[in-house]
Order: sequence, then structure tokens, then C-alpha cells
Amino acid sequence: MAYHNPPTTPRKSATFDDYTLSEIRRAAATGIYDIRGAGAKRKVPHFDDLLFLGASISRYPLEGYRERCDTNVVLGSRHAKKPIELKIPITIAGMSFGSLSGPAKEALGRGATLSGTSTTTGDGGMTEEERGHSKTLVYQYLPSRYGMNPRDLRRADAIEVVVGQGAKPGGGGMLLGQKISDRVAEMRTLPKGIDQRSASRHPDWTGPDDLEIKILELREITDWEKPIYVKVGGARPYYDTALAVKAGADVVVVDGMQGGTAATQEVFIENVGQPTLACIRPAVQALQDLGMHRKVQLIVSGGIRNGADVAKALALGVDAVSIGTAALVALGDNDPRWEAEYNALGSTAGAYDDWHEGRDPAGITTQDPELMKRVDPIAAGRRLANYLKVMTLEAQTIARACGKNSLHNLEPEDLVALSIEAAAMAGVPLAGTNWIPGKNGF
Amino acid sequence: MPATPMPKAQREQGHARVFDLGQQSLRELNQALHNLAPGSNETAWEVLNPKGSHSVAVGVDQPVSIDVRGSVGYYCAGMNDGATITVHGSAGPGVGENMMSGSIVIKGDASQYAGATGRGGLLVIEGNASSRCGISMKGIDIVVRGNIGHMSAFMAQSGNLVVLGDAGDALGDSIYEARLFVRGKVESLGADCIAKEMRPEHIELLQGLLDRAGISDVKPSEFKRYGSARKLYNFNIDNADAY
Repeated sequence: MAYHNPPTTPRKSATFDDYTLSEIRRAAATGIYDIRGAGAKRKVPHFDDLLFLGASISRYPLEGYRERCDTNVVLGSRHAKKPIELKIPITIAGMSFGSLSGPAKEALGRGATLSGTSTTTGDGGMTEEERGHSKTLVYQYLPSRYGMNPRDLRRADAIEVVVGQGAKPGGGGMLLGQKISDRVAEMRTLPKGIDQRSASRHPDWTGPDDLEIKILELREITDWEKPIYVKVGGARPYYDTALAVKAGADVVVVDGMQGGTAATQEVFIENVGQPTLACIRPAVQALQDLGMHRKVQLIVSGGIRNGADVAKALALGVDAVSIGTAALVALGDNDPRWEAEYNALGSTAGAYDDWHEGRDPAGITTQDPELMKRVDPIAAGRRLANYLKVMTLEAQTIARACGKNSLHNLEPEDLVALSIEAAAMAGVPLAGTNWIPGKNGF
Repeated sequence: MPATPMPKAQREQGHARVFDLGQQSLRELNQALHNLAPGSNETAWEVLNPKGSHSVAVGVDQPVSIDVRGSVGYYCAGMNDGATITVHGSAGPGVGENMMSGSIVIKGDASQYAGATGRGGLLVIEGNASSRCGISMKGIDIVVRGNIGHMSAFMAQSGNLVVLGDAGDALGDSIYEARLFVRGKVESLGADCIAKEMRPEHIELLQGLLDRAGISDVKPSEFKRYGSARKLYNFNIDNADAY
């Protein structure tokens, strides 16, 4: 009987995987880089790589449904005459009217208000719907200054000077012509239908010394009433936090690379900036070194999904977290009910990220009047409020199990890491050991 | 430039409310200006001894006149909305940034980013302006009697920039719909900025701007007009070399 050599299984390259090959073919066909929304999709060390220890003989727990566990947080007490007090330490991140539809912005405001927390404007100015439906509204001060005016500055509850964002530290906003409706164009003082590529630097200050003077100006214009946040992307969290504090910030916001964007280059999202987990301890360390931890509040965003993530961030020293992508999902983004339409756009529910194209079947990242009708701001706001409630209850469940009567009493000693990388980034021991990589010379 | 002293007679007659920043704080000045109610009869203000202070007279939203006797630091008259503010000296970076309406006159020179992101009103600089004059302007009118520095009118969206002297490198880089009028030499034009024809409507517009700025010794016909070629409004890979 003839002997046949057994064939090997066809093997694809780990380096040239299917996605990489498809991107090479796409680039060769179009001659332009890939633009998309959302944050980094690559796997990076994250909160999933941390575990809480819970109570034991040396730590006793609080009763799960009986003993109090506080969740409120005060932001802006350093300099502002009117600090913000939120009922929960989970805020809604800045997302622009323009990138999001009017009903979606309204739903964010409604959901945040029902939950006793804040929402944030974006690179497109403040809309009446948003102001009207948001009890606590943070007004972003961005390089583009689209829609910026002193009246809105004064009717904001806080001001967030945006230096960068996690998806693209060093990049400006992008809103392509398909989404520039008459209303969006008017708010941004630009012709309808053009591709808006916002500046990446502020037009009238550069560097930390200028930032200090800029913050002084904003405080003088608003009579020192409003908390002033400084938001940075996860680039150099230790120095950026220290410099923001030095410049006079009341609150520092650090956004890791999993934090979303409305649109930018895929290569930027996936290759610039650090994971959220890697940003937290350096930022906390900067505050501690300056004696400003808990005096200047730290908000962290980028990949917060559930109450465990909230609890872990707080245990590492954060005062509050911020959610963007998760909030959109709560409103209805990437819902499988629209699967046929996602397929028609060459995507699938859960992967749809062509938010810049303005054809979002869920009606959230669009300016199409018909599509945006799919968002009922009242129902979507309620879903967001439900989701925020669940996250809060989850975080409280963990905190009580760790014996804490406030979410803010969680501490690094409550945590261990499942990987050496996460242990090094979070500065907590590798599970089953007392080893914190990088500490004590090891 | 030496500060112009306030006429003694006027001070004695109490025509203006006087704020001496050598004696009173910046906070007191700005709070007093913000406390002005619509229709207030405190319509004339004098600020003495600014000595380079930052954020002098920022966020004013009533139609009062403010004379600042001396030079100021950053962001003087920032976000002005309706006031007439005159600096009898020079101004630091970002004078009149994000102005909404009203007018600002700088008797001396202005540093970087003069009139940045301004949305309305008139900014007149009687001396020179440094780099990035009118950066990201969104409807403001700026008239500079002297020269302007490099990267002026970068990403300028709307409004008019008039320069009686010369302009530095990369004028109007990535400009949108703002109009630029330069009487002297332009060192170089930025991406997508081109010289354009001066049609009768532009002569008329420019004459109006010069009149508002109180300039009568030059003619609109002495200027050249610059604006957007609009080739970069929608991204096209074939234009990548322009950046």
C-alpha cells in the first residue's frame, strides 16, 4: 500500500493574522488610514487582572444589606466656592453634540440626573437639551473652542480643561462631513459638510506655566465659583497629574487608552497612550508626593464596565470614575436588535465602531433625523440610571465584603493581582505572594 | 510704551470709577465689573497700575468703557461681551481671546494669540502683533496697524483680519472662511491659503473695517486679500503633501 505523507494543518501567521491582512488589503485599495470610533480594542492588563481579598479573621465584613456604605463624593473643594457633590462616584464622560445625536445627549443628562451624578459636554459646545436635562453639567474647554462662550461657562457646574484623551493623547477631535448638519455647523462656526479636524493644542496657551494663567482667567471669569478639572490622556500620568495640580486644578481626570473617541485613526487608538490600569498608581503617587491626595480629586476613565471596576479603581486611590462607552451601550449602542443593519454596514453588533460615518443603526452616533428617532431619551435615560444603580450596588457589595463603610475606604491592601504585569502596574502583590514587582528592589 | 496718566480733572470730577491695582486686588476689580447690572450708570472705569497683571477685565458683559493705564499680562479682556476696553500700553498673550462683542483697543503692541477664537466684536492693535494673531478666529474683526507674526490666522474660521504692515510665515494655514487683508509683504502663505481677487464688495468691507478702527490714512486698494482655497475641507489622500 502506497504511503501518503500526512498533510499539516494550514497555519495562519500570528503576526500576519486575519485582521492585519484585511487592513493591508484595505490600505492598498484606498490609500487612506482607517478611521473609527471607540477606544483600544487590543488586550491590555486591566481591572480583570485584579481580585479583592474580602474579609477574613483579621478583617471583618459589614452586613450586605443592613450596614451603610457611603458612595457620595465631593469634587472641587480645593479652590471652588461651589464644589460639586455627587451621590455616586461614577460620572458620565465628555461626548460631543455632533458626534452624538441630540436625543442621545439628552438621555445621558437624564440618566445622570436620575442617578445624582454629572454629565459632560464635548467638542461641540453646550446644547439647551443637555443643560436643561442635566442637574450637574461639566463644560469642556477644548482646543477647538467650538461653541465656547462666557454665558455657558457661567451656567456650567464645573469646567473641564481638556488637554488630551486616552484614545488619542496628542490628537485633536475629528468629525467628518457626513455628520455636519446645519445645527452642528452653526454651533461650530464652520461650513456644512466639511471634515472637521480640530486642533490638537490649545490656541492660546502651551505648557504648564501658561495653563496656570489660563486657569486663573477661567476662575476670574466665573468668579471662582466653578470647580476646574484638567483632563489628560494616559501619556505621562505622574508628571501630567503633578503639573495639573501645580497649575491649580481642583480635579484631575486621567483617561486611559481604552477610553473611547468619536473618531480618529485606528493606528492612533491602538498605539499611543497607556492602559488605564497603568495610569492610576502614578497619578495617585503624584498627588501623594505633593500632599494633595483627596484634596485634589482624581477621576479615572477608560474601560470601566461594572461595579468591580469602580471598586478596584477606588481602592487604588481614585476618587471617582467616568464612563463613556459603557454609558452608550446602556443607551442602546451596539444592541443585537439591530444586527441585520450592522451586517448591512459590514459589521456586527458588539463590533460596530464606524461612528464617524453617521449611520449608526442605534441612532446614537448620528445626526440623521430618522435614525436618531430610535433613541427615546426618557427610556434610554432610565436604562442608564438602572445601569449606574447596578454598578453602585456592585461596588458597595465588594466594599462591604472588605469591611468598608464607604467606597472611598477601599485601599490597595484589599487587592491582589493575577499577573505580574498587573501587579507591577497596580502596585499590589501578585496573588499568593507578597511580591510587588518594582518594589523593594525586586 | 509709558502709561498715559489719567487726566487729573477727570479724576476729580468723578467721571470714572477708578480701580488701582497697586492698592486693590484683581479679584475685586473683576468682581466689581461682573456685578454691574444692565443699565448701570457706572459706565466709565479706569484701571491704574496694571503692571502686567493677567486676566484684567475678563468676562465683562455690560456695555461699559474701561481704560487700562499701563501694560497688561495674559488674557486681558478675555471673553469680552459688549465692553469697550482700551489698554494704554502693551498687552501680553491672548488679549481679547474668545471675544463675543464690543471692542478692544491696544495702544501698544500685542503678544501671541491676540484675538484667539474671537467670535465677534472689534480688536484694534495700534502697534504690532506677535505670532498666531487671530488663531482659530470665529467671527471677530481684528485690525493691526503694524506687522503680525508667523502662523497668524491659523485655522481661522470666520471674521476679518486686517494688517496694515507685513505678515510673517505661514499666514492663514488651514484657514476656513475668514478673510485676510494685508497691505504689506506676506512672508509665506500656509497650507490651503491663497491670494484672492479684491472685488468691490471686499473694498467696501475693508473700508468699513478701517473706519471702525479709526484709520483714515490708508486706502483699501492698497491691500491684498487672502483666504481659503477650500481644497482641504474634505480629506483627500492626494492632498496629503499639503500638510
